[in-house]
Amino acid sequence: MTDTHSTGPFIAAIDQGTTSSRCIVFDRDGRIVSVDQKEHEQIFPKPGWVEHNATEIWENVQEVVAGAISKAKITSADVKAIGITNQRETTLLWDKNTGEPVHNAIVWQDTRTDALCRELGRNVGQDRFRRETGLPLASYFAGPKIRWLLDNVEGLRERAEAGEILFGTMDSWVIWNLTGGPNGGVHVTDVTNASRTLLMNLHNLDWDERILSSMEIPAAVLPEIRSSAEVYGTTADGVLAGVPVASALGDQQAALFGQTCFSEGEAKSTYGTGTFLLMNTGDKPVNSYNGLLTTVGYRIGDQKPVYALEGSIAVTGSLVQWMRDQMGLINSAAEIETLASSVEDNGGAYFVPAFSGLFAPYWRDDARGVIAGLTRYVTKAHIARAVLEATAWQTREIVDAMTKDSGVELTALKVDGGMTSNNLLMQTLSDVLDAPVVRPMVAETTCLGAAYAAGLAVGFWPDTDALRANWRRAAEWTPRMDADVRDREYKNWLKAVQRTMGWIEDEE
Amino acid sequence: MARTIQSLERAAAMLRLLAGGERRLGLSDIASSLGLAKGTAHGILRTLQQEGFVEQDEASGRYQLGAELLRLGNSYLDVHELRARALVWTDDLARSSGESVYLGVLHQQGVLIVHHVFRPDDSRQVLEVGAMQPLHSTALGKVLSAYDPVAHSEAAEAAREAFTPRTVTSMAGFESVLDLTRARGWGSDVEETWEGVASIAAPIHNRRRMPVGAVGVTGAVERVCKEGELRSDLVAAVRDCARAVSRDLGASRF
Ligand SMILES: Nc1ncnc2c1ncn2[C@@H]1O[C@H](COP(=O)(O)OP(=O)(O)OP(=O)(O)O)[C@@H](O)[C@H]1O
Ligand SMILES: [Mg+2]
Repeated sequence: MTDTHSTGPFIAAIDQGTTSSRCIVFDRDGRIVSVDQKEHEQIFPKPGWVEHNATEIWENVQEVVAGAISKAKITSADVKAIGITNQRETTLLWDKNTGEPVHNAIVWQDTRTDALCRELGRNVGQDRFRRETGLPLASYFAGPKIRWLLDNVEGLRERAEAGEILFGTMDSWVIWNLTGGPNGGVHVTDVTNASRTLLMNLHNLDWDERILSSMEIPAAVLPEIRSSAEVYGTTADGVLAGVPVASALGDQQAALFGQTCFSEGEAKSTYGTGTFLLMNTGDKPVNSYNGLLTTVGYRIGDQKPVYALEGSIAVTGSLVQWMRDQMGLINSAAEIETLASSVEDNGGAYFVPAFSGLFAPYWRDDARGVIAGLTRYVTKAHIARAVLEATAWQTREIVDAMTKDSGVELTALKVDGGMTSNNLLMQTLSDVLDAPVVRPMVAETTCLGAAYAAGLAVGFWPDTDALRANWRRAAEWTPRMDADVRDREYKNWLKAVQRTMGWIEDEE
Repeated sequence: MARTIQSLERAAAMLRLLAGGERRLGLSDIASSLGLAKGTAHGILRTLQQEGFVEQDEASGRYQLGAELLRLGNSYLDVHELRARALVWTDDLARSSGESVYLGVLHQQGVLIVHHVFRPDDSRQVLEVGAMQPLHSTALGKVLSAYDPVAHSEAAEAAREAFTPRTVTSMAGFESVLDLTRARGWGSDVEETWEGVASIAAPIHNRRRMPVGAVGVTGAVERVCKEGELRSDLVAAVRDCARAVSRDLGASRF
């Protein structure tokens, strides 16, 4: 840690992510004082299934909180509030009286509810609940995962109906445990996380009874839906005992907040395991006709909710991990840039990583990954280049959809997340978007957003204008690609995408 | 031909022997394969073992190649990895110093900029990743030359061009600048490369304390200096940043 920090007070943010849990302590300028992080196990019981052990996650959260506080050399008295952000949609049911999970959490990437979702679509199809929820019926979201647990865990439905079982995404699980668990823990979720369940009505921000009954989910399991920035309760024990828990935001919405996209038309794109581009659409939910999601951006206390359009890409950083772990072509994620930089172009190869179908803008469960355009000429370096280009072209597709749905032309793209340390990728992104790409000075925008929301809730920061003043440009990439090259490459990419579709035929 | 050192030749022969064919060998096999007395062979093996180049299996007493040899081959640090590890700390340095931050490594006869963080004002700036800077006159270059012997010999052999009247070009002058850099643990450049511009840099070490790069701030001389001296708070912030990155690369405390 640097020694040049003010003496506090501070805000702590917990980021319960897909691969790890982190805690970061921020000072009033939004500067990082300390970080602690711990990975948890990824459990793959069957192809397409992904689970987490929620008990392990809660232990890790406690550990990283203690770690970050001790690295910052501060005590609970210096911490004004705790903010929570989390991997979205990952679904857990637990026993209200013992605090024991009834099953591992089912992770957002898990595809076990594919068939269930088709069945729930009945004769209407994927868009059956889109008008109410803003979402297509897809295995990505929480509602069908709850239903699967109720159907498949012995005796669970009866216990749920008797009011003994609680449902939550990771925000609810962490807040419930922080505030006392079985001894008075508060059972809440925030609007952004609730908007990813397929169970919340976007217009009144309440659970939708008609959908609950179609999905056969008892209302007794559901948490109370609260705003993203308010005091839900106080920490019961541990190093931060007595500190208010004052925000909750899904990780992508937290990044939108951390990037201070507070005005209509402002957008950010986060490059982690997957990539998620969110655009603030103000106080109105905008319907998408181009494969985007309509979701809640955030809601501060009793102010009006702010909505967002979202383009979700399932596989970006995880494709780089796949190149490292499954293919063994690189030793670290960063090395993909070294390998890719050893050639001038993709050598004619295009890599569409539809590992678990395609998310936005296609929402195709039947797609699978493809490397197209192979010849004897293609080397592993060309493939590395195609891997990075895949992230860029997928972004281009959701940006195009965003322009069509919102009518807002993108003037610059604000980016964050682990992949933004890849200079070649950021340049490629700017080239294929034909727009500047801008990285802010705090790459950890997810935690920063949760900290900002918590800080607003307790008056640590006065208003969003004060937060906006903290935003600083750390780097900017500008387009260098010729228009005819861009057009040709985009056409080739779209051709490759077509070749992924229809690979999986209805198994039943 | 120059004289060679017999015990080094014998050690090399032993490593080749352990690398080929049967991987674990007993002392007598090694001694007889190389035509050495057992005592001589044992002395060499023990030395190699101390250096980590050879390991002895506890149960059988046989020898095999050590892990250190593998590490020697893989010790190269990918510059993109270096950038990824440095990101959080360089952002914070730009933020706290109010100046632009550069991360450089030795490349051919100069400093290759592998990471650049903009000065946190709202002015238009151009990303300088991929640019080259001279070794002998910049703060980054001086730090690399002071700590990395390869950089030192590159700088010593190069024609040290005078960019400004303040550029140090003589070999003796350059060496004393490097001595000072090592003595205080950081390097500087006050209008030696560009008029009106000053910088401060410090070394980044990997987990085996090898210098792998340098990080520094660059800005207008009237901001970076105060009353004719480099600002001590900036020096402290740059050194803090270099230490934080080194720690993330696994270097022990120093
Ligand atoms: N230099 C790099 N080049 C390309 N990809 C990278 C690079 N560095 C990291 N990545 C990728 O970025 C991802 C990690 O980024 P980040 O920490 O933002 O992930 P995350 O999705 O937020 O994780 P979590 O879900 O646990 O919150 C990994 O998938 C990794 O492969
Ligand atoms: Mg994350």
